[in-house]
Amino acid sequence: MLQISCPYCGVRDEEEFRFGGESHVTRPALDVDDRVWADYLFNRINPKGIAYERWLHSYGCGRWFNVARDTVTHEILAVYLMGAAKPQLSEVTPAREAQPKRVRTSEGSLS
Amino acid sequence: MSRSGAHRVEKGGQLDRARKVSFTFNGRALVGHVGDTLASALLANGISVVSRSFKYHRPRGIFSAGVEEPNALLRVEIDGLAVPLVRATLQPLVEGMVVTSENCFPSVDFDLGRIFDRVHGLLPAGFYNKTFKWPNWHTYEDAVRRMAGLGTLPTGDDKTSFFRHHLRCDVLVVGAGIAGLAAALEASRAGAQVALIEQDGELGGRALHERVQVEGRTAKSWIDAAVSELARAPRVRILKRTLVAGYYDHNVLTALDLSDKEHPDGSVQRFWIIRAREVVLATGAIEQPLVFAHNDRPGIMLAGAMRTYLNRYGVAAGRRAVIATNNDDAYRTAFDLHDAGIEVAAVVDARTNAARNIEEGIQQRGIKVLRSSMVVDTRGSTTLKAVAVDELANDGRSLGANRVWIPCDALAVSSGWNPTVHLYSQAGGKVRYDSSLACILPDNCRQRVRIVGAANAEFAVSSAIASGTHAGREAAAESRPVPRDAGREHRSETNGIRAVRRAPQASAARQWVDLLHDVTTSDIELAVRENFVAVEHLKRYTTNGMAVDQGKTSNLNALAVLSDLTGRGIETLGTTTYRPQFMPVTFGAIAGGATGDLYVPPRHMPAHRWHVRHGAQLDDYGGWKRPACYLRGAETREAAINREVQAVRTALGLFEGSPLGKIEVRGPDAARFLHRIYMNNVTSLQPGKVRYGLMLNENGIVIDDGVFACLSPEHYLVSTTGANAERIAGWLEEWHQCEWPDLDLVLMPVTTQWAVLTLAGAAARTLLQQLPGDIDFSAAAFPHMNYREGQLAGRRARVQRVSFTGELSYEISVPANEAEAFWDELMQRGAQLGIAPIGLEAWLVLRLEKGFLHVGSDTDGTTNPLDLGFGAMVQKKAGDFVGRRSLLRTADQETSRRQFVGLEPVEAGASLVAGAHVISTSPKRSQGFVTSAAFSPTLGRSIGLGLLERGHARIDEIVTVFDEGRTLQARVVKPAFFDPAGERMNG
Ligand SMILES: [Zn+2]
Repeated sequence: MLQISCPYCGVRDEEEFRFGGESHVTRPALDVDDRVWADYLFNRINPKGIAYERWLHSYGCGRWFNVARDTVTHEILAVYLMGAAKPQLSEVTPAREAQPKRVRTSEGSLS
Repeated sequence: MSRSGAHRVEKGGQLDRARKVSFTFNGRALVGHVGDTLASALLANGISVVSRSFKYHRPRGIFSAGVEEPNALLRVEIDGLAVPLVRATLQPLVEGMVVTSENCFPSVDFDLGRIFDRVHGLLPAGFYNKTFKWPNWHTYEDAVRRMAGLGTLPTGDDKTSFFRHHLRCDVLVVGAGIAGLAAALEASRAGAQVALIEQDGELGGRALHERVQVEGRTAKSWIDAAVSELARAPRVRILKRTLVAGYYDHNVLTALDLSDKEHPDGSVQRFWIIRAREVVLATGAIEQPLVFAHNDRPGIMLAGAMRTYLNRYGVAAGRRAVIATNNDDAYRTAFDLHDAGIEVAAVVDARTNAARNIEEGIQQRGIKVLRSSMVVDTRGSTTLKAVAVDELANDGRSLGANRVWIPCDALAVSSGWNPTVHLYSQAGGKVRYDSSLACILPDNCRQRVRIVGAANAEFAVSSAIASGTHAGREAAAESRPVPRDAGREHRSETNGIRAVRRAPQASAARQWVDLLHDVTTSDIELAVRENFVAVEHLKRYTTNGMAVDQGKTSNLNALAVLSDLTGRGIETLGTTTYRPQFMPVTFGAIAGGATGDLYVPPRHMPAHRWHVRHGAQLDDYGGWKRPACYLRGAETREAAINREVQAVRTALGLFEGSPLGKIEVRGPDAARFLHRIYMNNVTSLQPGKVRYGLMLNENGIVIDDGVFACLSPEHYLVSTTGANAERIAGWLEEWHQCEWPDLDLVLMPVTTQWAVLTLAGAAARTLLQQLPGDIDFSAAAFPHMNYREGQLAGRRARVQRVSFTGELSYEISVPANEAEAFWDELMQRGAQLGIAPIGLEAWLVLRLEKGFLHVGSDTDGTTNPLDLGFGAMVQKKAGDFVGRRSLLRTADQETSRRQFVGLEPVEAGASLVAGAHVISTSPKRSQGFVTSAAFSPTLGRSIGLGLLERGHARIDEIVTVFDEGRTLQARVVKPAFFDPAGERMNG
């Protein structure tokens, strides 16, 4: 069970929070082609290493915020507000466990 | 009177010999002492057979003195509360305890299942997978399931009280042996908040029953001093009889606390969820057995366990013992038995010599040692009679020709101690086999955990104290744990072990590896022949290590046998991953108090008490206890539902719709926000007006429907279906906070603040006009799809003129605490108008007669608004909304999709059933299904709604409806059965 520091309330147990998937996914305009729309709907990075994701403090303040989490060690590397830019972080995953990072195929949806 | 049982020695042990405890075992009345475990009491009474094995039903005796026990899993009943598969080795003896053996019929001494042992050649590994295939598994399933399994579930309600507790600490120490005590002392002295958890009822670990010196004192005096210092320390919490079973992310551990299990007020189990900043694992080690022919007989026991029974419980496992070992440690057993006056027939050592101090001990006592030898076979059935010993060739793989039989009734076995790394592995720690230490070692872990003492192969007392002290200090200082190779110097030791674990096989006699699952070396040989040579494959194919003891005494030996057979070193084979739980944990303990109504508390509507008083048949609808209907006299449910439908159609009905989701949206950008959420136009809605709307997800799928009202240009009221009230409130928040934080508005769910009482029927207006208030209910002033608020019968009221039934209808919201009084007033004033309370079932029939959509019933995870016939509405919408782009995809616009239609049986009297499929005959396949169906009392026939391929183009077509082998013909119609022009609700 993770321990997450809500930027509004402080350190709480994971069971107070709801996971909201990958953050920094830009919603395309209505006139994009099907490929870009499908990429937005379905494709996520799902990295082995640092994931940037959004969480909701559902049994707390009710606010959404961002978390940078190492998916191998489950270490939380940063907590930052909704709308803030991705922090620059270095991998904490030991080198022998990390794999080359997969990059999303469509440039269109990278923010 | 100091003895209970023939095997109790004259003195010694830490029992209260003055206090006796009576219990029964398989109907036999027996006596033990306070301080006994069930296992020690059984041994003291000379009980050799305690169970029958899982597969071959062979007689088995007590094998260990701890968590690793594979044989003595017994059914224990205390005060009428039966628990299956209790480890006799951990269960304190309780007065009046009723103990029975599992897995035997008719008795443990004469078990008919023994036939499986005689035909064991027919039951190799993979037997089930290979045999029960034709025609299929289900042919055999019933019979196999009845024979398989271990233990019998208790029946009736569990009278145990379960509690869940949370604990936070700076340093958690698991295991209160010498190393754990040293760690806890050091961390406590450094000022840390410490929790120390021990599975035993006493602190001290193995030192409690070993004849050792600790820092120049007796073990007892060292332990007493440590315990008393910890007891005085202000920030130390000690939990005894508590088993840490799980280790999860971010240093969360779970533990089952049985310390109150024998509480006078009834059985109590506590489940702890512990969050520790730092963890020190002092979990000790588990002795491993040797592998030889017929090594499963009663009377064969781990060497350490045999001296535990002697030193702690004053029990002699036998009268004449043989000790079989490949290391120095088992000599302690020989010496302790000898010194207690028990005959040691021989020590059989796989090595040529032992450490010098051991050799001296042998000399002093004159114990016979057979060197470079192994026990290779045994005799006996319900008791051990003799063991066969043979010389071992230099390569350790073949035997000499001098087999001798030694009569004995107890055999102690040891192939060294293996660190208990289960929790470390659960934490994500890497473990590896170390060939120089001949055991599994903890290596490194990403979590803040340290592992010390025997759990780190630091077996000597001085090493255990040193490593515990070091870990306690480092943990208190919050320094980061480092991998084994990068850390302090370890004082791991081998006890002089020679890693020969399996006697060379001289015959086809079976050599057991996993006692609990009856896995033998021949099963592993078979697996290897069939190329299941990866450890994970081997485990699943042979089921070695998969029983409830999780292979605590079999995993390492299975690796050793695999290594022998494949010629690969154990260190190259890898290990299986340990997962929670370390020991079985009762489901009830995990659930704690969250069972029954406390698991999902039922929700009651504001006028609940009125409903209960007036014959409401309460059912669960999306977590709410709501009236399905109100029974009058001896009326059936069907009759009540039909009567209620008719009351609404002919007079007046009152329905409580309080679960209806209500969300207020306020702010300058409220309309812009809702315009992006709803499929429908929002910005064009004028104050005082109400509009029906659909919400989609980004994939274009309908997730909810309901009306929204414009209260003022910057103030809207959104209604959701009752089941989705919380989900939609969260959904709107997510869009606002994450996607459009620039929009200036606030969202406020007010679902439970307002009760919703809905009047439906032609007389609704008449009744409302009789009530005092300032709302003009005249048809001209308050048309359909309008919103008004004001005073009504002395209350604040919000009124929406909307209709789910097709009748003239008003949804009246009043403050929730006034609901019951208002309901009562409406019923009294409406009496002369023929008012009736209406349950949800009639309500759904009324909407079905109108063909109104019920999202979640008539739609599924594939239904978009085009399928529902809202294409024109989408066309008229200006601007983007959630899900709009998805509706532009070709696949979303296919007319071959399943579309929303009405269905009517062709034959009079036939009835449709929800869930029935519409099928085409060639090819035979489903084209859709009935989503809602009911008998319409208004129309006098069965009607239904459904999703049907190309449905919109098939109006008037006759289709075949299939349900559980029955078919009927139905006509596809537009989904509007009653008053399709809507004259009644608009009137
Ligand atoms: Zn918060």
